[in-house]
Amino acid sequence: MSEINITLIDRAQKEHQLLAPTDMALNLMELCKAYELPVEGVCGGMALCASCQCYIKSDHTLPEKSEDEEAMLAEAFHVQENSRLGCQIPITPNLEGLVVELAPEE
Amino acid sequence: MIQTDILIIGAGPTGLFTVFEAGLLKLRCHLIDTLTQPGGQCAEIYPKKPIYDIPSHPEILAGDLVTNLLAQIAPFEPGYTLGEQALHLEQAKDGQFIVTTDKGTQHKAAVVAIAGGLGAFEPRKPPLENIGQFEDKGVQYAITDPEQFRNKKVVLAGGGDSALDWTVFLADIAQELTLVHRRNEFRGALDVVDKVQALKDQGKINLLTPAEVVGLEGESRLQNVLIKQQETTQKWHTDYFIPLFGLTPKLGPLATWGLAIEKNAIKVNNALDYQTNIPGIYAIGDVNTYPGKLKLILCGFHEATLMCQSAFKRIHPEKKNVLKYTTVSGISGFDGSRKEASKATIKTIK
Repeated sequence: MSEINITLIDRAQKEHQLLAPTDMALNLMELCKAYELPVEGVCGGMALCASCQCYIKSDHTLPEKSEDEEAMLAEAFHVQENSRLGCQIPITPNLEGLVVELAPEE
Repeated sequence: MIQTDILIIGAGPTGLFTVFEAGLLKLRCHLIDTLTQPGGQCAEIYPKKPIYDIPSHPEILAGDLVTNLLAQIAPFEPGYTLGEQALHLEQAKDGQFIVTTDKGTQHKAAVVAIAGGLGAFEPRKPPLENIGQFEDKGVQYAITDPEQFRNKKVVLAGGGDSALDWTVFLADIAQELTLVHRRNEFRGALDVVDKVQALKDQGKINLLTPAEVVGLEGESRLQNVLIKQQETTQKWHTDYFIPLFGLTPKLGPLATWGLAIEKNAIKVNNALDYQTNIPGIYAIGDVNTYPGKLKLILCGFHEATLMCQSAFKRIHPEKKNVLKYTTVSGISGFDGSRKEASKATIKTIK
């Protein structure tokens, strides 16, 4: 089993070091839920809500945004250049060292 | 006052299936939901998405699941209070519960089943600092009476179905209609997108993309919105601003009913009957929590089934009850309908 390290900054600016398995088909939203971090994931991961919006703080290459994610981010609030939906980011080995910050709750 | 046996708060899959299980026990149900149609998240958020883990359905669209559930429970004639939010709960002297909605509708029942999912759906409100001060004074999140916009200036924001549909609808009613969206692409039915394009080409609406409403101005009511497009922000005079960014669930008033709550969910006795800390009030489906809880529709169905057995004992403590199989007993609806397995045909061989 391979694991990667992810740094997650919560809404109170507290840093959490997360150990993320790469072979469990997890995405970033699910990883946050597994660590009981305050990510609601209302739609369950369909890119149909923005409750898992986060800001990517490191310069990792992420998968391109799908049309669904683009559309949802266009209607989300507090969106910045580096906004992504956590549910659309699979945990893969190349994300070792990823740093993300949770966007404010709506 | 609406009187029923089991008052169900939330008309999603779990709440709907409760009607069926209660009906088998000859208990009547009434459902309350903030949405104007039954189906909960399945109807509101993802009706066109497939679900693969409903037993015996290799694949079913969420919307079809709701349609099937409505057909399944129809013989048990559930009552509905839709488009209203369960606001207040009190226990009457006779031990029954009285639930009052935000529109003042009162319901009385011996048992309350909270099947509220992630909560009541509320409009997503853009984070403009003074938006609260203009609510119902120029800012509104839903359109109930289109006529109020006749000969008025209206700014709509959003890029989904409701923003597009209302743009088409209000184009002929409003004096001036402006649709603001953060990107050029819209997410809606293709024919509606084409209609909006045509309205724009004919100069009947203003379409501002990529643009965003970033501020609100006014004295006693809304007078201007500030619209940011590229790097410039312009003041746009309007009578109404209607942000249409969909809905999001909030636990809301339920949280103040004295129920034990943990992590935004209602704690229940999962070893027994999914009853909450208030005897007679149950919580089933995504709204509850207990060790090992899984937020799955199929788990909600199971919880509803066990809960109804417990509700029966509470409502009829003197009656003996034995589990019946529908294949054996058939289904007798409150509407007089009767479904049962056909009798074996016997033919003699001479």
